[in-house]
Amino acid sequence: MTGSRYSGTLAWGVTWAVLGALVLLPLAAVTAKAAQAGPGGIIASIMSPIALSALTLSFTAALIAASLNTVMGTLIAWVLVRYEFFGKSIVNSLVDVPFALPTAVAGITLSELLGPTGWIGKLSPALAVAYAPAGVLVAMVFVSLPFAVRAVQPVLADLEADVEEAAAVLGASPFQVFAHVIVPTLRPAMLTGLALGFARAVGEFGSVVIISGNIPMSTLTGPVLIYQRLEQYDTVGATSVAVVMLSVSLVILVAISLLQGAGRSHA
Amino acid sequence: MRDMTEAIPRTHPRNGSRHARRATIAIAVSWILLVLGAPLTLVFVTAFGEGAGAFFSALSDSEFLHAALLTMIAALCAVAFNTVFGVLAAWTVARTRLPGRRLISMLLDLPVAVSPVVAGLMFLLLFGRQGWFVSVLERIDVQIVFALPGIVIATIFVTMPFVAKEVLAVLQETGVAQEEAAATLGASSWQVFTRIVVPNIRWAVFYGIVLTAARAIGEFGAVSVLSGNLIGKTQTLPLFIERAYVNYETTLAFAAAVPLTMFALFTIAAHKLIVWLSARRRTLNLAEEATL
Repeated sequence: MTGSRYSGTLAWGVTWAVLGALVLLPLAAVTAKAAQAGPGGIIASIMSPIALSALTLSFTAALIAASLNTVMGTLIAWVLVRYEFFGKSIVNSLVDVPFALPTAVAGITLSELLGPTGWIGKLSPALAVAYAPAGVLVAMVFVSLPFAVRAVQPVLADLEADVEEAAAVLGASPFQVFAHVIVPTLRPAMLTGLALGFARAVGEFGSVVIISGNIPMSTLTGPVLIYQRLEQYDTVGATSVAVVMLSVSLVILVAISLLQGAGRSHA
Repeated sequence: MRDMTEAIPRTHPRNGSRHARRATIAIAVSWILLVLGAPLTLVFVTAFGEGAGAFFSALSDSEFLHAALLTMIAALCAVAFNTVFGVLAAWTVARTRLPGRRLISMLLDLPVAVSPVVAGLMFLLLFGRQGWFVSVLERIDVQIVFALPGIVIATIFVTMPFVAKEVLAVLQETGVAQEEAAATLGASSWQVFTRIVVPNIRWAVFYGIVLTAARAIGEFGAVSVLSGNLIGKTQTLPLFIERAYVNYETTLAFAAAVPLTMFALFTIAAHKLIVWLSARRRTLNLAEEATL
């Protein structure tokens, strides 16, 4: 098998060359730019009221969106795995829509829907959330929904019914079965879905930039602030915010990698 | 009798109450229809809101056609590049013992975990006016930022993981037994690859390509940063849609959104098809094994 050893080395070489050029080199460029600005410069730049408010909005809204989706996503996964009903296959397919739909299309659609004259917005002023912080939240809920469902669904499908039945036979109430049998098994998958959904929501640009109106101190998010600072040639200011967001992404990636390891050893 | 047959095999104890089950289904389905169904319907209703004539005249707009062409070029480049890269990366992780495989797997996730705007910024720091490679690029007179190469690089970056992840999953699932058997029987590594590996991974590659294309034609953030959004020059389809919507040309924006939405629906249909095909193949394999 010497032939395959050479081709393996070749595949390894090409893979690292591409990752080096397209992932590691760009990461190095950001790190160098951040080092050039220095910790003081970065902190000053992200502690400005506008940046602080943008980052707070991004992280808070993404956390709410991802949490809401973890609850609703687990419920949806449950229904799709355990029940049969009319239209199930269509519902199952719809789950992937936010993943496949361009974010700009999501943005204009949600803005129309939630504008003062939109299908939902005209029902009540409280629902007309386009150009309000709640609009940012809606966009984030939309784009991150598939991650929650698709993380939990396969684990739920593999979950054997006999453990639950055994617990029930031994006298556990339906709630006890849910709390002590199902939730612990699903926890790594739910947390993975939460982390993936959070990462997707916090970095979301296309739909947020359209629905939010980008009002500083109100609906301006981290990624939109990076974009605006780049437009004003404030590379250091943009890099400072980017470093914060990038660090969070890296932490999430490591966390997911550990969670998947935990999920595998659990199974 | 019917109650008993229902009660024995797949009915779970806590599903007991029929009302609870119906309520759970109703909540899940309503949420999906509200969050996902309503936006999807709105795209088509708004695009055709001023009649089919307005829709088709919007789609013959020259700026739209240029944006669509540019988006297609970028998507084709990304698909070509990432198909080759994805298969090689997946092969490295699943079939070699070379160092750094876990790191490759993690780095592959970075493009989807990082904000597209941050991705755009990173390449700006490399190729922009104050970038690392500015002097090299000036010497060889190549423009990357605010030009087609910038759009292509941004698109390749954001679509990097899809083929690799799909193929990796299949390679890990199928294992090495068939490949080793073929090699033991005297097949060259090229024969093993074309006769065993390719047939095993082809549907994963196909779905990876569909995902890559879907993500590529929709890419917005990274392309916004790197393209400069010059109308008729570096404006891609998603940028065109945003510009039209911001300028209150709602029908034009939604008409342009229709082909993108159709492709998104095609992506989902392709996935269903592949799941169905692989389920059928698994059933056929099981049937074959049973007859042996």
